[in-house]
Amino acid sequence: MNALLETRGLTARYGDFQALFGVDMQLDAGETVAIIGANGAGKTTLMRSIAGVLVNGPDEVAFDGQPIGALPAAQVMARGIAMVPEGRKLFPSLSVEENLLMGCFGRKVEGPWRLETVYGLFPVLKERRNNPGTALSGGQQQMVAIGRALMSNPRVLLCDEISLGLAPVVIRDIYAAFPQIRAAGASLVIVEQDIGQALKVADRVYCMMEGRVTLSGRPAELSREDIHAAYFGVHA
Amino acid sequence: MIWVDTIVQGVLLGGLYALFAAGLSLVFGVMRLVNLAHGDLIVLGAFLILVIVSALGLNPFLAALVAMPVMFCLGWGLQYVVLNRTLGDDILPPLLVTFGLSIVIQNALLEGFSADSRRISVGGLEAASVSLGPIAVGVMPLLTFLSAVAVIVALNALFYRTALGRAFRATSDDPVTAGLMGVDPKRLFATATGIAMIVVTIAALYLGTRSNIDPTIGPARLIYAFEAVIIGGLGSFWGTLAGGVIIGVAQTMGAAINPEWQILAGHVAFLLVLLLRPRGLFPRAND
Repeated sequence: MNALLETRGLTARYGDFQALFGVDMQLDAGETVAIIGANGAGKTTLMRSIAGVLVNGPDEVAFDGQPIGALPAAQVMARGIAMVPEGRKLFPSLSVEENLLMGCFGRKVEGPWRLETVYGLFPVLKERRNNPGTALSGGQQQMVAIGRALMSNPRVLLCDEISLGLAPVVIRDIYAAFPQIRAAGASLVIVEQDIGQALKVADRVYCMMEGRVTLSGRPAELSREDIHAAYFGVHA
Repeated sequence: MIWVDTIVQGVLLGGLYALFAAGLSLVFGVMRLVNLAHGDLIVLGAFLILVIVSALGLNPFLAALVAMPVMFCLGWGLQYVVLNRTLGDDILPPLLVTFGLSIVIQNALLEGFSADSRRISVGGLEAASVSLGPIAVGVMPLLTFLSAVAVIVALNALFYRTALGRAFRATSDDPVTAGLMGVDPKRLFATATGIAMIVVTIAALYLGTRSNIDPTIGPARLIYAFEAVIIGGLGSFWGTLAGGVIIGVAQTMGAAINPEWQILAGHVAFLLVLLLRPRGLFPRAND
């Protein structure tokens, strides 16, 4: 069966440093896939490669059967892959609403997500729509970042470390929005350091270590020991 | 009363400097690019208007309208083909390249138009004046100032009320993340420089009609433009207008005391502002 999004033998390097060594992963339509792994495992590099921030060989990333590995970020985005970047990366010069509007820059998009529905998903953002994006709390900023990515009505939403630096109760609030995002038609790739959270939301999990996929499968099929070994490289 | 007159003339002169500076401010605000050829591009624009006036027999104001799309395309191409390659973490390449460009433009103009100084005639409007109460102000200086205000209002509206302006500000904050939003920074920067060249054309119209131009006068305009931008605070258009006015008033006040002090007084005002407010009068909060 044809995957919606697929990487085949994906390699990535920063100068002399090779960060990914032949990563194969798949995302089927309607699925949520979690990528877990320790710091430096290559999770963010994988996301940046898919999103076009890092340019790869054309056939190393395929979306809808089309090679997109060599496309720059703007064109990848135009095809329907949006990313919530690590660290949120709101535009400090823009208000909350302007940040959201940047998500659908320069195109008319059909779909469920527009300003009103994003405000419906995260009502607190409507109250603070005219504040500078960076004046919000960390959790609210993360909501802006997710809403901004949704504004393009992506078919694939890449979420990089959305719980990083947030309190557990805030993380729960944010993940509470995910069923609605999935129901609206987006397939998700989630990078998550919190293994428990990842296993809870994902249909399938890939564990990475040192630039390679060391384990993959459905959460129910993976034992704690397997994950531990794939995560740290040693048996507990 | 003589001082009121001096200040009014200074404010109007400041409009001209603000026009010189607005394009520079825009380009710096969007892509942190210091264009050392900015003054020469203004002179180039003035010669272009001169050519259109003499070739088509148009009124200079209409000729400037004709020149605007030409200058926009020139700016777009210059940014897309040349200047985009110089942008990066290192601030030296854009300085070197635009410095080189400045020399190229000056010498090309020298080849094409010789070193003779010229002037764009506006058919007697140069000498016309209107009375504002007890003070007589020249029609051209008044038009210059009103144009400067109009340009600043238009640039502010563009930046804060349109999707393009939102993209300018977002890309200025963070080009990589703007790319994730579907912005192609290279094309966006080219558009910004194109718009700056439209402002340059307006500045060129008033430069060429109010004073003599020859191929070598660009760098001095660059200095005034630079000072206006720095006084106002980087990235603030109203600040740029204020900066232009401060230099203009300082120059006319200096000249009123002693004609030799005109240029010097402008520079001294600039240094004083730097001393008291190193980030300018209206700096952006997040730079």
